Amino acid sequence: MVRNTLVLAAAVLTGAALATPAAAQGEQFIPILSYRTGAYAVNGVPYANGVADYYNLVNERDGGINGVKLLVEECETGYATDKGVECYERLKGKGPTGAAFINPLSTGITFALTEKTTTDKIPIITMGYGRADSKNGAVFMWNFPLLGTYWSAADIAIQHVAKELGGADKLKGKKISLLYHDSPYGKEPIPALQALAQKHGFEFTPIPVTHPGVEQKSQWLSIRQNKPDYVLVWGWGVMNGTAVKEAAAVAYPRDKMIGVWWSGAEPDVTPAGDQAVGYKALMLQHGAGKFKVHEEIQKHVHAKGKGLGKDDFGQVLYNRGVVNAMLGVEAIRKAQEKFGKKPLTGEQVRWGLENLNLTEARIKELGFEGVLKPVKISCTDHEGARDGRVQQWDGKAWKVISGWYTANQATTEPLVKDISAKYAAEKKITPRDCSKES
Amino acid sequence: MVLLGQFLEVLVGGLLAGVLYSLVALGFVLIFKASGVFNFAQGAMVLLAGLALVRSLDFLVARGFPLWSSIILALCFAGVIMAITAWLIERFVLGPLVNQDGLTLFMSTIGATFILEGASQMIFGSDVYPLRLFPTDAWFLFEGLFPGGILVNKLDVWGGFIAGILVAGLAVFFQRTKTGRALRAVADDHAAAQSVGIPISWIWFVVWLVAGLVALVAATVWGTKLGVQFSITFLALKALPVLIIGGFTSVPGAIVGGLIVGAGEKIAEVFLGPHIGGGIEYWFAYVLALAVLLVRPQGLFGERIIERI
Repeated sequence: MVRNTLVLAAAVLTGAALATPAAAQGEQFIPILSYRTGAYAVNGVPYANGVADYYNLVNERDGGINGVKLLVEECETGYATDKGVECYERLKGKGPTGAAFINPLSTGITFALTEKTTTDKIPIITMGYGRADSKNGAVFMWNFPLLGTYWSAADIAIQHVAKELGGADKLKGKKISLLYHDSPYGKEPIPALQALAQKHGFEFTPIPVTHPGVEQKSQWLSIRQNKPDYVLVWGWGVMNGTAVKEAAAVAYPRDKMIGVWWSGAEPDVTPAGDQAVGYKALMLQHGAGKFKVHEEIQKHVHAKGKGLGKDDFGQVLYNRGVVNAMLGVEAIRKAQEKFGKKPLTGEQVRWGLENLNLTEARIKELGFEGVLKPVKISCTDHEGARDGRVQQWDGKAWKVISGWYTANQATTEPLVKDISAKYAAEKKITPRDCSKES
Repeated sequence: MVLLGQFLEVLVGGLLAGVLYSLVALGFVLIFKASGVFNFAQGAMVLLAGLALVRSLDFLVARGFPLWSSIILALCFAGVIMAITAWLIERFVLGPLVNQDGLTLFMSTIGATFILEGASQMIFGSDVYPLRLFPTDAWFLFEGLFPGGILVNKLDVWGGFIAGILVAGLAVFFQRTKTGRALRAVADDHAAAQSVGIPISWIWFVVWLVAGLVALVAATVWGTKLGVQFSITFLALKALPVLIIGGFTSVPGAIVGGLIVGAGEKIAEVFLGPHIGGGIEYWFAYVLALAVLLVRPQGLFGERIIERI
């Protein structure tokens, strides 16, 4: 353990574990904003390991993307917005063509960078997080909240609650609380849940938890008194495990708790032991488990001693890191079809992202069969897919307990249009005419 | 009756939560009382003690040691780690800074904080490590009187019990032992204490060791509550208003300050929070602290500072 930690720390400090550090002219530069220290490291480490291992796989197995090797540098943000912006400023111009894209892994950092990336012409990938209104590519040309926004997540959660209750009509008069991290991340689903409450007639109560979420007694005593039928958990890091423990302390049934996909990984439930049994969480399509791509990582990266993910290999957040890295790589590959097999600028990669179309066959070819459903990005739809499932912790592992849900755009789309239009007016952005984009 | 029941539940829960803050605040008080140093590293010491305890406990249990002997051995191991830490801090941080002003010593503890946080995670790991030394379920009292009863968490009661023992032990230590009196002399004036033959390096080692052991006790309770993980260091921020209210030099003040902060912030969050958007408990504790500061700058139980000009 000690040795592993030391090796990892040394690797992170030098950047040596992720790619060849020397900046060659023929390499495509990709920055990784991560947090391996601080309050959210327990969630940040497996994710960053998954991202790094996949980039290493592309280099080790394929020699890069069509021969263009990936040059990767990791920067520690500690989940702090100021440090995230600092990392971005330091890394955006690195490599022969600058950063291909940026992936902040923080909604707060995403909010802070949205205008900067527009000026710098660098796409910002926020897979499963970030600004929900940035799904509208006509306004948010550079933002890509791939696979699902928090508004999609809110809709999927309510669909599942309705299914458990026996139909959407049974939602009327029910009480649903949102226990949320008091940050841009935690607040993001509130407009969608308010709209859903109005539509279905349930009583919605948002309950904030102050960063980092180590003390939640007040919130859970309120929940005990209010007796909501369901509690949705929008937490991160220590807040998730503490929520599960406090729920147990006030005897709130864990199977009436549904976490968002950032509140449904192994570090969120293992500290609570048996108290976490029954706790449910949304899946950003994938869950835990090992698939074809893991065999490839094992063979081409770990067997050569270059892998970072060891204990977390195949866990939920490790897999999310792998999926995220793959989508970025495929966007670069797509952009190479148009701009040539060479290192590309952020602007060129943005085109690749906006025209990304991963079919079932391609997903299988990439080794992600069973992990992902098809993803198709377009100018009007920077989300690309809005499918999810629900998993439940059985004390030892996450078990998938539902079929697929697709977020209902009839609920979320008016919000997207309304809020993105306000943003465009405020920032004096003229929305693109997507019918003219190709 | 429902509202009264809820109020009593929040009040009791808040008071007991406050005692848990006091467990962390006690470490600050000890070091400030004995050396005049505001130890910014107290939260990091709780993390280090907790990691040493839980990792050694897991190691022993995995090798088939009986649980009780594993707990005792792990506590001893963590105690040794805290003793080594105390010695290192005295030898390499505070020792060379004897007779420097308080601000310099405070800054040195900020440096110690980051070193302790980094080193403890590098050596013992940075995951979340479950610790289950105390029961975490709840009693429901007066169910006949109030619908649903009044919830009292067993872990919080254990925390209160442990804090009581600690305070009694520390009171005896400071008032009745030679070392305790020497600690107070050093706190008053380093140079004067040295001139009458009190070995400052030994005294500082003892006080940091005691604060380390208090951190270990806090880690057993908070580790059971949260799992041992980096976020435990944030408890230092919860202890700060407790210190301002209770006074930096008073052991009973740390307890009373904890009770006021715990009860005040929980009542504010539950009854006032929903009307102003919620999430107020974190800063409400500082509102209470500022109010006390304005009326009584040394805290409710702190020593009044009189300086001759």
